[in-house]
Amino acid sequence: MQIEEFSSGDSWVHKLDPRVKIVVTLVFSVVVALNSHLEVVAISLILPFVLIICARLNFGKVMLRLAIVNGFILFLWLFLPFTTPGETIYSMGPLTIQREGLYQALLITLKSNSIILMVIALLSTSRIFTLVHAMSHLWVPDKLVHLFFFCFRYIHVIHEEYHRLVNAMKMRGFKPRTNMHTYRAYSYLVGMLLIRSFNRSKRVLHAMKCRGFKRKFYILHHYEMKRFDYALAGSSLAFSILLMVAR
Amino acid sequence: MHISEGVLSAPVLGGGAALTFAGLAIGLRKMDYEKLPEVAVLSSAFFIASLIHVPIGPSAAHLILNGICGALLGWMAFPAIFVGLTLQAVLFEFGGLTSLGVNTFNMAFPAVAMGYFCRYFIRSPSLPVRVVSEFITGAGAILLSGLLVAACLVLALGESMDSAAKLVILAHIPIMIIEGLITVFVIEFILKVQPEMLPGTSGVSR
Repeated sequence: MQIEEFSSGDSWVHKLDPRVKIVVTLVFSVVVALNSHLEVVAISLILPFVLIICARLNFGKVMLRLAIVNGFILFLWLFLPFTTPGETIYSMGPLTIQREGLYQALLITLKSNSIILMVIALLSTSRIFTLVHAMSHLWVPDKLVHLFFFCFRYIHVIHEEYHRLVNAMKMRGFKPRTNMHTYRAYSYLVGMLLIRSFNRSKRVLHAMKCRGFKRKFYILHHYEMKRFDYALAGSSLAFSILLMVAR
Repeated sequence: MHISEGVLSAPVLGGGAALTFAGLAIGLRKMDYEKLPEVAVLSSAFFIASLIHVPIGPSAAHLILNGICGALLGWMAFPAIFVGLTLQAVLFEFGGLTSLGVNTFNMAFPAVAMGYFCRYFIRSPSLPVRVVSEFITGAGAILLSGLLVAACLVLALGESMDSAAKLVILAHIPIMIIEGLITVFVIEFILKVQPEMLPGTSGVSR
């Protein structure tokens, strides 16, 4: 499974302290999500763009990712410009385009893309395990951190299991169609996947107990904030605050 | 259906975050360390299962399975779904960070509600009773999720979203039927193969 595709790289963006990345992304996302000024949201796009360029990410891949996640936004474009009450700026037959609706649709599009780009620039450039480790330093409850750790660890294993089951189905000539047989076959696939996961989790628990698991993961490598991390955290947070107060 | 970043208003985002926070608190308290690997590996399995696309006529829909998730995990569906959605947000940018609270609640609350409904009937010796209640579990969880998504859109964007909200609910109807069917088959399958996975079937309370 091709995931974490942006996480391999050695730019300074990749090497930033993951705690800084999480905090900056969260603050920036909330500030942009709650802003209602088109100009301010448009300016906010600068920060993620600069970071993506500095991270030397493959521009085509980033655009492809954006195109995929804009499906929901496209759905809103089908409605907002036509149904929001307000000043009519263009009409064709029964359809009228309203200024307010257009403004709102544009605002949502910019907000959404600005935040998504920020998530790609900062979070997708770290490995999940690194982010999970950073979470444990950011007052996320231990149990939740462990849940993230195990869940991500086993996604790969279960994905292999899934492929084994799907290959077995294909070898027996399974072709998905819209009929009861297909739904039953998929259900048994899901059921088997759940049962194998359940049994695997029991083995994991026993293995952990055998090794004396004491409800704690011992972290050997600790993060250290460097001067550069402070500088980037400071400037990004200042930028976010500027966006918040800008009118 | 995930609601993307930047769509919802502050009260909806805040309300969703608060409700999810409460759900997570209950779920994490119910999940002791003995149970943690099970919840985690099942979350991975639901994550993978959500990548499966089943054909519906000319189109296809991906599985959601929040009804089954609620039946298996009860309140622990909250942390399980939260982890899954966070990973989707960071890995694929589906949904998002600020809407994580709302999206988790929209999927996990129906899971818990229908999960509790399901466990009343799951031990019934009568096959028709079980089949009907399992169908309601799967279909009801999707219906509730669809209604919550529609309500969020209307609350945040006003009445101009009425027609969009109706379309969201309409689009959920075929998915409801398929998830209902799949829930019946999956739970009956688990009852045959590994009944101790389900609550109440081995006297283990969850």
